[in-house]
Amino acid sequence: MKTFDYIRPATVSDAIAAAAEPGAVYLAAGTNLLDLMKGGVTRPDRLVDVTRLSGLDRIERLPDGGVRIGAMVRNADLAHDMDFARAYPAVAEALLSGASAQLRNAATVGGNLLQRTRCGYFYDTASACNKREPGAGCAARDGENKLHAVLGWSEACIATHPSDFCVPLTALDAVVEIEGRSGRREVALEAFHRLPGDTPERESVLAPGDLIVALRLPSEARGFSAHARYLKVRERTSYAFAVVSAAACVRIEHGTIREARLALGGVAAKPWRARAAEEVLAGVRPDPAIYRKAARAALADAKPSGDNAFKIELAERIIVRALMLAAAGTPQRIPALPASPFSSVPGVLHDA
Amino acid sequence: MTPEIINLSRDPAHVRHGSNIGQPLTRRDGILKVKGEARYAADNHPPGLLYAVLAVSSIARGRVTFLDVPAAKRHPGVVEVMTPANRPPLAEDPDAKTNPFMFRLDLLQNDKVRYANQSIAVVIAETLEAATEGAALLAPQYDVLPPRIGLDSNESFVPPVVGIGNPSEIRRGDVEADLAAASKRIEATYDTPAQYHNAMEPHAIVAAWDGDRLSVDTPSQGLAMAQGRIAGLFGISPANIHIRSPFLGGGFGSKGFISGPQLLGILAARLVGRPVKLVLRREQMYGPVGHRAPTRQTMRIGVDGDGVLTAIDHHAKTVSSTFDDFFEPAADASHTLYASPAIATSHEAVRVDTGTPLFMRAPGEATGSIVLESAIDEMAFACGMDPLAFRLKNYADVEPISGKPFSSKALRQCYAQGAERFGWAKRPLAPRAMRDEAGLLVGWGMGTATFPALMFQAEARAVVRSDGSGVMETGAHDMGQGAWTAFAQIAADGLGLDLEQVEFKSGTSDLPDAGIAGGSAHTATAGSAIHNAGAAVIAKLADLAMGDKRSPLFGAGNAGVIARGGRLHRRDDETRSESYADILGRAGLSAIEARGNSAADPAAQSNYAMHAHGAVFAEVKVDPDLGQIRVTRMVGAFAAGRVINPRMVQSQLFGGMIWGVSFALHEQAVMDCRSGRILNANLGEYHIPVNADVPSLDVLTVDEHDPHVNALGIKGVGEIGITGSAGAVANAVWHATGVRVRRFPIGIDDLVMGLTA
Repeated sequence: MKTFDYIRPATVSDAIAAAAEPGAVYLAAGTNLLDLMKGGVTRPDRLVDVTRLSGLDRIERLPDGGVRIGAMVRNADLAHDMDFARAYPAVAEALLSGASAQLRNAATVGGNLLQRTRCGYFYDTASACNKREPGAGCAARDGENKLHAVLGWSEACIATHPSDFCVPLTALDAVVEIEGRSGRREVALEAFHRLPGDTPERESVLAPGDLIVALRLPSEARGFSAHARYLKVRERTSYAFAVVSAAACVRIEHGTIREARLALGGVAAKPWRARAAEEVLAGVRPDPAIYRKAARAALADAKPSGDNAFKIELAERIIVRALMLAAAGTPQRIPALPASPFSSVPGVLHDA
Repeated sequence: MTPEIINLSRDPAHVRHGSNIGQPLTRRDGILKVKGEARYAADNHPPGLLYAVLAVSSIARGRVTFLDVPAAKRHPGVVEVMTPANRPPLAEDPDAKTNPFMFRLDLLQNDKVRYANQSIAVVIAETLEAATEGAALLAPQYDVLPPRIGLDSNESFVPPVVGIGNPSEIRRGDVEADLAAASKRIEATYDTPAQYHNAMEPHAIVAAWDGDRLSVDTPSQGLAMAQGRIAGLFGISPANIHIRSPFLGGGFGSKGFISGPQLLGILAARLVGRPVKLVLRREQMYGPVGHRAPTRQTMRIGVDGDGVLTAIDHHAKTVSSTFDDFFEPAADASHTLYASPAIATSHEAVRVDTGTPLFMRAPGEATGSIVLESAIDEMAFACGMDPLAFRLKNYADVEPISGKPFSSKALRQCYAQGAERFGWAKRPLAPRAMRDEAGLLVGWGMGTATFPALMFQAEARAVVRSDGSGVMETGAHDMGQGAWTAFAQIAADGLGLDLEQVEFKSGTSDLPDAGIAGGSAHTATAGSAIHNAGAAVIAKLADLAMGDKRSPLFGAGNAGVIARGGRLHRRDDETRSESYADILGRAGLSAIEARGNSAADPAAQSNYAMHAHGAVFAEVKVDPDLGQIRVTRMVGAFAAGRVINPRMVQSQLFGGMIWGVSFALHEQAVMDCRSGRILNANLGEYHIPVNADVPSLDVLTVDEHDPHVNALGIKGVGEIGITGSAGAVANAVWHATGVRVRRFPIGIDDLVMGLTA
């Protein structure tokens, strides 16, 4: 194995200092990073283990009604926090639709934001990948790219961000709290991930040493709890990344959508907030025709990056369905098959 | 006293309550496995063990021009690097092929690269970590040639044979004329992808040399064949090679032949003079251990005005490697199921720069079945007939391709019982006619399952000891299917003992050859040998007793005896009996032994077509807009001769049916045509069904007495479950959606564009 330093700092400031060195990366649960290291996809010189830092594993209700989630909170703990799941049901549903129970028990909130793409060429070190090796080229562009991006991609990179969790978070205006060498700052999740452009290796706004310490959901996000869903189409019923997914949250007053929030997953290098669609939906009565119009607006700029035109059509349909489900109301409990098109099938016995 | 008289299975008098055969015993090795105490090959750590790691090619075609051996050797813990330059000599060229069951191997014989993930060096170190890093430090350089990948990448040719020795083309009747005269014709082309076995347990070996004696722990579906192959390559006697393979974590055909990487482990141990362990990484299993070849199959079917088949033309294009021959016999699936006066099956192939495709669970049968069953379904609809009615109308009472009668065929009962259990009669003819309460499209499909009832050769040794207990020995293979249990049951009945009184020894190469665990024939083959060995030793016991005036069995003569509960009873007076212990004790023997063999009966083979059959019914739900598919219900009814252990048989059929779901909806190797590299060589991205994809499964076994297949009447259930099932799921997807997808696995992309929102 490539040798690397392993550092387990006691404080956030020690962590930041240790991670600011070139070649250093943070290690949380390692559900993605360790696989990448074993495959030689990433070869860090230094791992800074943040799992023992104190104070990062709390879910706090804020005085203003918002919620603050420590970066080390485990996906499963967050999804099964009853207060959180009631206030942000689409987020809980998205979390439970990801990976497997074992992975969810380990994976962290902060790590979820920083997981790498699942593009097969990124993982295959013998293939050209600008993200892995800047300037090497993109083997996916003319390769096996059925599942690649249809929004925001560039000639340099057509990979997608695989997170489920980030999709409703983006829709709900989540804010990332970052500690860095120059102190604390906050970045809207929508602005946290970067589109590839000519520098697909730069995936977020984080600078060397920057540590995600928490995520915040504002109190307004609670206003969608009665009408919030996450819907994920995938190639098997569980333990698969989204082909396309959508988070739809609406606030309905007197039979009218006052405000809608919409984001897509699996379509771009970042969770994709569909603001144009939200505008279409604001102030209208819930109706599938309007949903279709909103969906077209959301995908107006989409174009296939390869053999994946179907994803544009699919994304539009998912938006329509997610809006219908959201308008129909958040279910009393999270379905046994969270986020699945089959979540409404009666008699489903097991959690996926 | 003739063996026939006590050949118990042929004698109804032997069928008795408490008989072991037919009992749904749980796995005898189950507790070991649950407790993690079942020792698989890689669990062995002999003293002085070194770890070997393969360096594999990242290119698919070309030549290795440089390996940084010094860098690897400098790494702390690395003991040696094996390359073509220092690989110990072999007595036999790894590229030699002297029989069709011998496959060419990559054993560092030169610098050539013929597929991605081919072994190009082996790094041997004191630790796995050091060996792994050493392999990375080799930093190979290559002369790269453009690989030929895919069914259209090279010149097509007609292979001389397909499968093992099957003719590439077979014609009965005049297909062209009958197609021309048919009142309805369909022609359709279907694609099936490359699939990889992905046994849970990777190929692993622990090899230790002692002079010219070799001890090996490695999973094997064919101990004697592996022993012979090693002996040939190393120029030593098979008797000097001891292989232990008590458990396999799945094989599915990939462990039928000892693979190149396993042999490299033996070579590495030879080179360093210490025991060596080599375990393939998951991604290294995508190349050197075989796979299911991709196919493109064209079906042309004709019927007369009554929906009676008049012609079936099944053509399959497939691939083999550039350096060896294995041609997936997909079109042969049309030989046996549906009556048609004219049948033609043919194959063509191209050579591609991948590892050699090999047997993968139901090789040819699975790929051919999903296509045949899809085409039959298409024709049934074209005729306006229910798919089951169409199949019954074209039911084959004799084997269509040969005209031979079937040794037994309870397919009608399978259709009837499966359809009844499923509720098939309520199926609307038209597609897209059913929805559930949530608005999901619901579809019902069916497929016919079939697999040949094969027999290989095997031997077993039976011993009855003076304490009345028994021993049965044969080098059989437990891949997880339950061989330890089912064979012990046959052994107990063969010896006329309770199960607890029988010591069953298996899974090592120093025991009698049990044949291969393949072709769904292991229970039939090794089971028959066990049965015959038991009968032979009982015959010896009976001779002892009946020839001794002091025995209550003296003079039983033609009336004979039967063996039961550790005693021989006079058949004409069961109150007269004597225990095995007493018989041996009086004779002054500490034990008595005999051997039994099994092989296919040539007369029966030439007179009868022998196949297991089944009918599979599937329900799927499909999201009408989003195209996601979920199988919600499956019923399989199978007739496969005698069932030794209903619990194991049910598990095998469950597993096969789940593989059918996988074939129809999930499984495929995604290969980059430019590099020849597989982009999903891991169990995260190479999709197989997870628990949430596996529906409520219902397996029925239909009674079937077959007096011809073998003495025990066993047909085998290892592979048949995939056949029929994959087609049933595919047909159900069509019935749900009205969209006929002819490229497998059926994906969301296929349905989204076909479904109108």
